[in-house]
Amino acid sequence: MTAIGANGAVEEIPLLTRKDFVSDQEVRWCPGCGDYSILAQMQKALPSLGVPREEIVFISGIGCSSRFPYYVNSYGFHTIHGRAPAIATGLKTARPELTVFVVTGDGDGLSIGGNHLIHLLRRNVDLTMVLFNNRIYGLTKGQYSPTSPAGKVTKSAPMGTTENPVDPIKLALAAGATFVARSLDRDTKHLEATLLAAARHKGASFVEVFQNCNIYNDGAFAAFAERDVRQDRMVYLEHGEPLRFGRHDEYGVRLDGFQPEVVETATSGTDLLVHDAHRDGIALPVILSGMDYPEFPVPLGVFRQVERDTYEALVDDQVERSRAAAEPDLEALIRGAETWDVR
Amino acid sequence: MTIDAQSQPRGAVTTLDRVTIRFAGDSGDGMQLTGTQFTRTTAVYGNDLATLPDYPAEIRAPTGSLPGVSGFQLSFSSDDIHTPGDNPDALVAMNPAALKTNLGDLVPGGLLIVDEGEFNATNLRKAGYAASPLDDGSLAPWRLLRLDITRNNAAALDGLDLGAKERFRSRNFYALGLVLWLFNRPLDTVERWTTERFRRNPVVLDANLRALRAGNAFGETAELTHERYEVPPATVPPGTYRHISGNEALALGFVAASRLAGLPLFYASYPITPASDVLHELARHKNFGVRTMQAEDEIGAVCAAIGAAYGGHMALTGTSGPGLALKSEALNLAVMAELPLVVLDVQRAGPSTGMPTKTEQSDLLQAMYGRNGDSPVAIIAPATPGDCFGMAIEAFRIALTSMVPVIILSDGYLANGSEPWRIPDLADIPPIERRYAAPGVDAHAYERDAETLARPWAIPGQPGFEHRVGGLEKSYETGDINYDPANHHRMTLTRAERVARAVAGVPDLETVGPPAGDLLLLGWGGTYGAIASAGERARAQGKSVATAHLRHLNPFPANLGEVLSRYDKVLIPELNNGQLSVLVRARYLVDAIPFNKIAGQPFKIAEISGKIDEVLGLSGPYELEL
Repeated sequence: MTAIGANGAVEEIPLLTRKDFVSDQEVRWCPGCGDYSILAQMQKALPSLGVPREEIVFISGIGCSSRFPYYVNSYGFHTIHGRAPAIATGLKTARPELTVFVVTGDGDGLSIGGNHLIHLLRRNVDLTMVLFNNRIYGLTKGQYSPTSPAGKVTKSAPMGTTENPVDPIKLALAAGATFVARSLDRDTKHLEATLLAAARHKGASFVEVFQNCNIYNDGAFAAFAERDVRQDRMVYLEHGEPLRFGRHDEYGVRLDGFQPEVVETATSGTDLLVHDAHRDGIALPVILSGMDYPEFPVPLGVFRQVERDTYEALVDDQVERSRAAAEPDLEALIRGAETWDVR
Repeated sequence: MTIDAQSQPRGAVTTLDRVTIRFAGDSGDGMQLTGTQFTRTTAVYGNDLATLPDYPAEIRAPTGSLPGVSGFQLSFSSDDIHTPGDNPDALVAMNPAALKTNLGDLVPGGLLIVDEGEFNATNLRKAGYAASPLDDGSLAPWRLLRLDITRNNAAALDGLDLGAKERFRSRNFYALGLVLWLFNRPLDTVERWTTERFRRNPVVLDANLRALRAGNAFGETAELTHERYEVPPATVPPGTYRHISGNEALALGFVAASRLAGLPLFYASYPITPASDVLHELARHKNFGVRTMQAEDEIGAVCAAIGAAYGGHMALTGTSGPGLALKSEALNLAVMAELPLVVLDVQRAGPSTGMPTKTEQSDLLQAMYGRNGDSPVAIIAPATPGDCFGMAIEAFRIALTSMVPVIILSDGYLANGSEPWRIPDLADIPPIERRYAAPGVDAHAYERDAETLARPWAIPGQPGFEHRVGGLEKSYETGDINYDPANHHRMTLTRAERVARAVAGVPDLETVGPPAGDLLLLGWGGTYGAIASAGERARAQGKSVATAHLRHLNPFPANLGEVLSRYDKVLIPELNNGQLSVLVRARYLVDAIPFNKIAGQPFKIAEISGKIDEVLGLSGPYELEL
């Protein structure tokens, strides 16, 4: 295949396949874990980017999800708990031409690393952050996470948690992320397409993946995400399309003021809410993010996608403008404004 | 300066070889500016000098209060000097609080200049004076020069479109003009700077220049019976000089290191006293390819730097002690991933928030041991403000040669203190070498160099070296995750060995004074000036005292053990509760004597001299008077 190189020339890039992105490391997630699907869809999506393997970097923190870089045959950095966004920001600022992914989980990204996640998104660093949300701590064997539902009984909360969960989508929207999406480990087609769209977006992309931990939180999403109920209990967001769901698109969502409501399309076909992901304001995606089972279908897809200058481009621009304004003269810099000679 | 009490003819100039002067006022009075401008004039005049700014952590403590006093001390000399002086010979006190907090340091018979216009009932009460010290005879031990700077200054600005408050702000220029006259210094250096600094505000510029000249004219024409003083230029090695502070020298050194390695500099930092000026300075030099990032927190800063190091840039993060504590986990990641990272710690008084604007050397053990696991990093420390330039380069040389993190331990005294600095010829500084993974030479990203044991720098974008690194233990051979007991043992020893082998680039420790004898003073970091001066004084008195100053703290210079063995006693003065002394005693089994001051202030020469006499048995036990 061909691609436009950094110097503007058309370059031949050998066509890569999924196998080229499989590393020689033995995958050590529990059998049946949702992580396997995310890894497979990522390895399927990567060749479509047309980026050579050596220019792709996966950066992760700590947790089950963060083992991800070991299994992808590219450059990879398994860092420390919660800090992958900051490390990725430094890398991308230094090397804007690289294609960078951050792989994190609900504990890594939203608890210990919540601050870095917010600042990565508000800076709009051009990279893709994939947050595996299984609503539990897996690697430390079953404590509640910041996305566990209130009252959840876990090892560290035998009487149920006394905390309210954080919604990753709302947090990303509030932080100013320019691409915010949600997908599902078991919906492989949707997941692959979402990862690809996120990677192609210029700016900070945030993808929440509902991921089943079959050991410590099995079935966390089953009530609405199982294959046999998914069509009735989840809604796929498509820009410019009305929100319809159900086996035969028999249901829809419309807005009553700021309040969404589920209607039957047979009786109310014309005033359905039409999704607009490209609007600058975040009011609509915030409303959509508030839709949860069982009152509403759970949305999957791209909540928001807008264009904004990226952090590293703005940094580079300042470097270039400074160079244009003043030739770097190290001798003059070191001499400073005032000198005197001693003979 | 010893002021001759005999009266001199008016305007006569007395020649002195060294003067220490302190400007003190409210933190809103502009004393740092006054001190800095007097320093610049003095530097351009050709004196050797050293400065000590001392200001409160509060930006504006209540006006006229004791905690709100800000001071700036400088010592200038016709000889080579190393410190800003123990006690001032002259004190400028702009209000009663400044007088109260600084008078105790003024040498007996010293010159005391006060703005009597500020000695009103309110200010006297705020400073805790029951009666005005100007009138009760309590200032008799000093030579008092009282004048109403506030009123004289306001009168000089008559006719300008300025309110009383704005006029008041020019008082520091009036005082500066007067002091420049007293020390026989021209106004042109200050005038040039002021014209540039206030060019966008012509009224304020006019006011400041008028105040400066009025203060100068007061000395020239008023009935001032004081003599003037002259400190001739110093005899220093030939060359081109500039005036430089430690933080400036560090920033310029980092830019120079970037040129010497041929790689762009990346600096990530979270604002913290007293390191922030390095961020400010580097942010101005983007035309040198410098990328600066004000991170969301200390951890974000070190992590961004690690990301840049992983990406092949010269990666640097700067902080002070509390920030170093926050960075420790990430520093360990750089240790484990074998990445070249430089961490600047401009130390301040701790623990916790401590005293942010006061100096201390108490992060040495944190730098050495403050991480989980056996986690060695290289540690270096500049000795003087000017030395910061070379040590910034040295840090990157070690980091890139040995692929290890390097901590630079500067301190608040070096950061804000300044001295004349001979500008080096960049052509004399060797380039910084680096080793990238090379196809055909390195089979993989963990092919170790036989001499340094360092792995090559395999950076994203290099085809054929795609690899995974991280904080998990890795196989010595392949870099893959490895939990084998023998491998972890070997890797732990290897990490230590890699830092130890950096000694190949560390110059031997030099001693000043007798090559063997009764006493060696061993110091490190910003205490160089006081220790070197105390050693010179002791030798002038015929004592067998040598001094040596460590600029490399891990690894130590190869000959340190041998140097220690040549002296009967070893004294280690430090601005902490004993940290280098712990390391030296443990490593060399030498009964080194610690001498510790933890007051947020640098050593006075006399303090070290006092301790020398105790250790040599020439006096009884020495106690610090704090």
